Amino acid sequence: MAVRQTELRPLGKSVGRKEDPRFIRGKGRYLDDISLPGMLYMCLVRSPYAHARIKSIDTSAALQAPGVKLVITGEDLAAMNLAWMPTMANDQQMVLATGKVLFQYQEVAAVIAETREQAEDAAQLVYVEYEPLPVVVDPFKALESDAPILREDREQKSNLIFHWEAGDKEATEELFRNAPVVVKQDVRFPRVHPSPLEPCGCIADYNSATGKLTWYVTSQAPHAHRTVLSLVSGLPEHQIRVISPDVGGGFGNKVPVYPGYVCAIVASLKLGKPVKWIETRTENTTSTGFARDYHMTAEIAAEEDGRVLALRVKTIADHGAFDAAADPSKFPAGLFSIVTGSYDFKEAFVEVDGVYTNKAPGGVAYRCSFRVTEAAYLIERVMDVLARRVGVDPAELRRRNFIRKEQFPYKSPTGWTYDSGDYEKTLALALEKIGYEQLRKEQAEKRARGELMGIGISTFTEVVGAGPSHTFDIMGIKMFDSAQIRVHPTGKVIARLGVRHQGQGHETTFAQIIAEELGLSTDDVIVEEGDTDTAPYGLGTYASRSTPTAGGAAALCARRIREKAKKIAAHLLEVGEDDVVFDGVGFSAKGLASRTVTMKDIAFAAYTNVPEGMEPGLEATYYYDPPNLTFPHGAYIAVVDIDKGTGAVKVRRFLAVDDCGTVINPMIVEGQVHGGLTEGFAIAFMQDIPFDEDGNCLATNWMDYLVPTALDTPKWETDRTVTPSPHHPIGAKGVGESPNVGSPAAFVNAVVDALAPLGVEHIDMPIYPWKVWKILREHGVTE
Amino acid sequence: MKIRVRVNGQTYESDVEPRKLLVYYLRDDLGLTGTHVGCDTTSCGACTVLLDGKAVKSCTVLAVQANGCDVMTVEGLERDGQLHPLQTAFWEEHGLQCGYCTPGMLMSGYALLQTNPHPSEEEIRRGISGNLCRCTGYMNIVKAIRSAAVKLADASAEPSKEVAASGSSSD
Repeated sequence: MAVRQTELRPLGKSVGRKEDPRFIRGKGRYLDDISLPGMLYMCLVRSPYAHARIKSIDTSAALQAPGVKLVITGEDLAAMNLAWMPTMANDQQMVLATGKVLFQYQEVAAVIAETREQAEDAAQLVYVEYEPLPVVVDPFKALESDAPILREDREQKSNLIFHWEAGDKEATEELFRNAPVVVKQDVRFPRVHPSPLEPCGCIADYNSATGKLTWYVTSQAPHAHRTVLSLVSGLPEHQIRVISPDVGGGFGNKVPVYPGYVCAIVASLKLGKPVKWIETRTENTTSTGFARDYHMTAEIAAEEDGRVLALRVKTIADHGAFDAAADPSKFPAGLFSIVTGSYDFKEAFVEVDGVYTNKAPGGVAYRCSFRVTEAAYLIERVMDVLARRVGVDPAELRRRNFIRKEQFPYKSPTGWTYDSGDYEKTLALALEKIGYEQLRKEQAEKRARGELMGIGISTFTEVVGAGPSHTFDIMGIKMFDSAQIRVHPTGKVIARLGVRHQGQGHETTFAQIIAEELGLSTDDVIVEEGDTDTAPYGLGTYASRSTPTAGGAAALCARRIREKAKKIAAHLLEVGEDDVVFDGVGFSAKGLASRTVTMKDIAFAAYTNVPEGMEPGLEATYYYDPPNLTFPHGAYIAVVDIDKGTGAVKVRRFLAVDDCGTVINPMIVEGQVHGGLTEGFAIAFMQDIPFDEDGNCLATNWMDYLVPTALDTPKWETDRTVTPSPHHPIGAKGVGESPNVGSPAAFVNAVVDALAPLGVEHIDMPIYPWKVWKILREHGVTE
Repeated sequence: MKIRVRVNGQTYESDVEPRKLLVYYLRDDLGLTGTHVGCDTTSCGACTVLLDGKAVKSCTVLAVQANGCDVMTVEGLERDGQLHPLQTAFWEEHGLQCGYCTPGMLMSGYALLQTNPHPSEEEIRRGISGNLCRCTGYMNIVKAIRSAAVKLADASAEPSKEVAASGSSSD
C-alpha cells in the first residue's frame, strides 16, 4: 500500500500523499482557520427579489448597531469607481447593486463589524426599498422581441450576450439534405452547482503603512486573481500578495472573482484592518458560479447502417444576469465544438447563443473544460438515439464511427487537432471487463419477464490542458503555466508552481515528476503553490489543466536543471560532457558505470565546486506554453435496474475505463475518477437548481440541492488504457474532469435503455424517481 | 453564560454567548480549527465531534449544551504523537483529497468503531451517511474505516494471543 515515499524513480507509482498528514491531524489551514490581529468580519445584505429597482437604502440603524464599523452600498462604491467589476468573460458585473437588482441573492450592501455575529445582526437592520420589475427566467423568452431588457448598462439593447458558431454550415447542410437517416433530439443539461465542501471566502489585509494588500482567498487561480484585483483597485500588482491557503474543494467554483471579495478589500482599505468574509452555504449555492444550464438540440445525419455523416447543434446557454462564465475570451463556449466527440463526422456545424436572465451569474467550468461536459453529454446521448433509430447495438454503432487510431493526429470538423487515442481498444476492454454480451442476454431475459434493466455506454473524448496561447487566454492573458525549482546544497528541493491545487494531490504528483527527472526521491522535493509572492505566474488549477500545463512546466524545468547538473557531473567525473550519461538515478561516465555521481553530489558541488566560469547554484524557472491541448478519452458502462413500483433507479454496476495518457500516480488517478464519478452520478440523478416564475431560487442549500451520501453512491469499478500524449513532456493528459464529463451520459443512456421497450427515447436530468414513476404510469406500467 | 467543558482531555472554563454554536466555540474560542463548517444546515457533517462519546454535528449544538460534557475533536485522535490507526488508514487508503470533510469523517468513523468494532461495508456506509464528501466518492473512505477496524481488532487481540501462547486461553 501507499504512504512510503522514499524510493527513487517514483513516476507511475502509488506514492502516498505528502499533503495528507496535516489533513488527517486537523492541521490543514483553510481560509476560515486564519485569524489576524484586529480582524473584523463582513456580512453581505442580499436581494430577496430577482428583478427590482432599488428605491432607497437606509443604513442608519445598521451603523448604530453594536460593533459595526462600516456599511458599504453600491453608491459608496460608485464614488470610488468600484461599483462594477470586470468578469473573466469580458462582461462587467455589479459589485454592489446600484439602480436595480438582477437576481435573487444579489449583493446589495456590506456590513463590517467586530464579530461575525454582530455583522450578521446588523445586516438585518439595513433597510432596502425595492420596486419589483418583470422577471425573465426562461432563456428562450429572454430572446423574444418583447422581453424586458435586463442589462441597461450595455450598448446592445437585447438579452443576447453572444452568438458563437463553429464548423462549416454549408457543407453540413449539404450532407443533411442527402442523408438517408436524420435523428433529432432536444436535450437539457440542468443548472447545477459545483458545491465544494468549503464555501468561498477571503481575508483582506491592507497595511496602510507599507501600502501592501495581503489577500488570503479561496482561489483556484491566485495569479489571475491578483491581476484582476490590480485592474479593479488600481493598486499596483507588486503591492498585492495573494495567498490561497489549503482549499477545501473548488471544482471551478473558486475561479471567478466575487463581489464579496471586492467588498472585503474595500473595507480593509477604508478601515486599515484585516476584514474576513466567509460565505454561508446558501450564499455559495445561490450566488457563486453555477455550471451548465444549456438547452441543446442536436441532429445527426447518417447512413442507414448508422455511419455518421454530419452533426448540427443549436444551443441556448443561460448565463444569468452577468456573463461571468469562465470561457477563454477568443471563443465564448468554444469547447462546445468538441461535440463531435470520438466519432469521425465529415462535417459539423455548432451554434450557441448566450443569454441574460434574472438568475445568478456564472457558467463556470465545473470539473470540465469550458463546456466540454455539455458537449460530451449531448453527443453520447444522441448517438444512442441514432443507435435505436437504425437498430444497431450502441456499442457496435460507436465502433463503426470511432476515429481510428491511425487517424491521429486527427483534425476535427470544428477545427481541433486531437493528439492521440485508441478508442476501440478502450471500449473493447470495457465491454470485456463488464461482460457486455452476458449482460445483454440477462437484459433480454428480464425484459421477457417485464423487468426493467438498462445498460448505458459513453465513449467520450475529452479536451483538457487549457492551454496553448494560440487558442487560449483569459482577459488576454495567455494560459501557459510555470514551475520554479531550487535544488539546495544537500540535494533538497523546493519547487513552486503557478497552479493551485484543491485536493488533486499536486504536492505529491509534481514531486514525483521532479524527483523522476532529477534522480531524487519524492521525500527530497517539497511543492509549494498558492502564494503570488513566491510562486511564478500561472493561470491556476481548473479544467484539468494542471498536469498538462504545470506538469509539463515541472518536467521541463527539471530537465533544464539536469542540463546544468550534467555539466557539473562532467566536471566532477573529469570527463567531457558528451561522455556523461544519466540513468534516472545518477550520472556516470560513459562505459564506466562505477564512476557515478548522484544529484545530491552535484547539488553540493553547485554551491562549492563548479567548473570555472560557471554560475553557482542549481535552480531554474520554466514557463510552458503547451503546443496543443491533450485529449483523454474513456469508455464508461452503467448497468441499472428500475423499480417499477417507485421509479427508483438502482445503479447496479458502473465501470469506468479511462485513458489519460501517462499515469503519474495510479492511486491518485483512481481517487480522482471515484470523485468525478460521484459528481457525475449526482448530476444525473439528484441535482438541479430550479427557479420559479418570479425568479426565486428553489435550491438554496444542501437540504434541497442534493449531494450524494455514502449510502446513495454506487460502487465504482475502474480500469485504464494508456495512450500517451505525443506532445506532452511526459505523455500525461490529465484526468480530474473526465469522470464528471463522461459519466452523466452513461447513466442516462442506461435509464433510457431500460425504458426503451416503452418507446422512451430521452429523459432529461436529473432523473428523480418521481420522473421515472410518472413515465412508467404514462405507459401503463403500474407494478 | 459560564460553561465548563472538557475537550480532548483538557478542561476549559469559558464565558460564552447563549447563542454560540459549539463548532464556533471550538474553532474561535479554543483555536481547534480541525473541526470545519461546511453547510449551516446539519447536512454535511464536516463539524462532527464526539460529545460524551456520541458523534454529533457541532453546528447543531449550542456551546452551553456542552457544559459539563466531554468533547473530543479530530485533534484528540492522536495520542502521544502517535496517529490513531483510523488516521493512518485514511492516509494509506487514499481516503481524502481536499481534506475538508476529513476531520468529520474521522470522528464519525471513530464513533462507529467504538460501538461496532467489526462493521460491514453497509454499516460503514450507514455510519458515515451524515458526512458529505465531494472529492473521494466514498469508496476509499469506506475501505479506510474497514482497514482501521481490522488493525484495531488485531491490536486488541494481541494480548490474548500472548495468553494463548502460554497455553491458558479462555476462548
